[in-house]
Amino acid sequence: MALLEIRNVTRRFGDFIAVDNVSISIEAGEFFTLLGPSGCGKTTLLRMIAGFDLPDSGQILLDGKDMVDTPSEKRPIHTVFQSYALFPHMTVADNIAFPLRMAGKTSDEIKSRVREALDDVRLSNFGNRFPEELSGGQKQRVAFARGLVNRPRLLLLDEPLGALDAKLREEMQIELINLQKDMGVTFVFITHAQNEALALSHRIAVMNQGNIEQLDEPSRIYGFPRNRFVADFIGKISMINAQVLEAAPSHLKLMVAGLGEVTAPSKEGVRVGDTGVMAIRPEQVRISHHAEETELKNHFLGKVQGFLYVGDVTTYIVELPNGASIEALLPNSAPGRAKFFEAGDPVAVSWRHDAGIFLND
Amino acid sequence: MIKDSTKANHTAKWLVSGPPLLFLLVFFVAPSIIMLFTSLRFPGEFGGLAPIAAPAEAVSGEYGLTLETYQFFFSDILYAEIFLKSFGVAAASTLICLIMAYPLALLIARSEKRFRNLMVLLVVLPFASNFLIRIYAWMIILGPESVLSHFINTVLGAFGIAPVTLLFSPFAVLVGMVYVHLPFMVLPLYTNLEKHDPALLDAAQDLGADAWQRFWRVTWPLSLPGVFSGSALVFIPVLGMFAIPDILGGTGDILVGNLIKDQFLGTRDWPFGSALSIMLTLAVLAITGLAAWFAQLATRQRSVTETE
Repeated sequence: MALLEIRNVTRRFGDFIAVDNVSISIEAGEFFTLLGPSGCGKTTLLRMIAGFDLPDSGQILLDGKDMVDTPSEKRPIHTVFQSYALFPHMTVADNIAFPLRMAGKTSDEIKSRVREALDDVRLSNFGNRFPEELSGGQKQRVAFARGLVNRPRLLLLDEPLGALDAKLREEMQIELINLQKDMGVTFVFITHAQNEALALSHRIAVMNQGNIEQLDEPSRIYGFPRNRFVADFIGKISMINAQVLEAAPSHLKLMVAGLGEVTAPSKEGVRVGDTGVMAIRPEQVRISHHAEETELKNHFLGKVQGFLYVGDVTTYIVELPNGASIEALLPNSAPGRAKFFEAGDPVAVSWRHDAGIFLND
Repeated sequence: MIKDSTKANHTAKWLVSGPPLLFLLVFFVAPSIIMLFTSLRFPGEFGGLAPIAAPAEAVSGEYGLTLETYQFFFSDILYAEIFLKSFGVAAASTLICLIMAYPLALLIARSEKRFRNLMVLLVVLPFASNFLIRIYAWMIILGPESVLSHFINTVLGAFGIAPVTLLFSPFAVLVGMVYVHLPFMVLPLYTNLEKHDPALLDAAQDLGADAWQRFWRVTWPLSLPGVFSGSALVFIPVLGMFAIPDILGGTGDILVGNLIKDQFLGTRDWPFGSALSIMLTLAVLAITGLAAWFAQLATRQRSVTETE
């Protein structure tokens, strides 16, 4: 039985449907992420799981039990808030002790559990500090410790890393993965940062306008986006208008106007004559000089339009003869070189026949 | 360069803080010193003060400086009793104001933003009419022929209890004090409560706190600065108030304020009136100092679950 089951949950605010008939089932021990742009309904869904809000229809079951009549304070579900929401008038130790006190634990047990929790988040010497005396990362760790100390069945994390700078965020991501692994607590994480979702989660539900667009493992979400929204939202991707010429069990043959035939991996439900886009990730596109020979089937000539240097890699934007542009990514393996091609250079782009993906309109 | 700019900064600081400092000097420090000196002198024969040096044609009377007024104050238990009673009335008024104002302030702070200013306006609206008129209105409301008196006495009569007079009683004084000072409690409380982060209450609930625990463990401790400033704003003026006991109190309901007023306008004993004022100021300073110390203690309580 799934730990948490969300069954056909709908939540409306006036005419606006925040969550539209969503069903998800989350297993114990899972690191599950709700990913989507702001306003997609992920926060509303989280608030309903926490018990701050109730669905208009549908059910939320924890261990098979409907939670509708259980108020938030009675649910074995704790939340790490985006703003941390640490109690400013309590020390770090008192903050962490709060859920234990509310649960009526003995003072001996509270003492030892608080010390344990402080050790877990490497803040052993910070128990007597007040939240205002901590850095952002330390506050974040206190919030984790407070959420986990009473061993909830489920920990909800509401964009907890949003307020941290990039470097610290990466550190906290690793810490979060370890914490989840060590504690064995089920995490439901919400974020709008796709790289964060990919790095942390066992499974991701991509949400948009109250619906789940795709629910899958990170590598499948990234590699096989189900529709244009998911493809566009997760990572970088180039899309070129195309029409299906041939739909074989082993491959698809696509016609790209002004360019020619493209081979793409086969996909269920695609029929000859369908229109849509051929989508391909920059790292799957090989960029080379015109003259270079290639064994790859999908091979086109183009011209470098511009590039984006970000240190480790450079992304080249290549204009194809039909006017579409495609991005190709090249690691900067030669020291000190920011780019291998100049704007205006004639180049060839190519990709494997099993790379790229056809997405229906 | 750096020196110049810090110097300019310094000048600017004095320019800004100068006028209020001057105001305090002229209207607080100087009068206090005058008051202190007055309390150390002898009263004049026909009110006012006796001259410090004896006049040439020696009239009978006392001249110079003396501690007699203070001796007089401590020699009669009556004055200590009036002080104690005044502190009692001030404490009771403060407590009643707090109990009445807290839910109101909480209601305003938690209602929709667009209604808040209107509600605050309603709280301060009574200030628009004259203070004395509002007190006289209470004379009518509490008077023996008022609807309220009739109602209360009918109810009491039904239980076989003798009728009571509301006006000219300690009860009427307390009603007047609470009525006049309630906004001074509501406003600082509201200002404090309005700043509370609602996420803290969500967090408390999420971590297992029921409604009462959320109030007692989060809202109340965070509101203590507001509670203390509101209490000071009620307690101190009530302590010195003489108009309300004059109008609504009976002959026995004399508070420090009335006593001081009588020394200046009735018995014309300026030195004793000054001595009473000095004693009152000292008592207020002692109490506010104590309250501030207590506030600091309460708001920054060190952990009970020390880790070491």
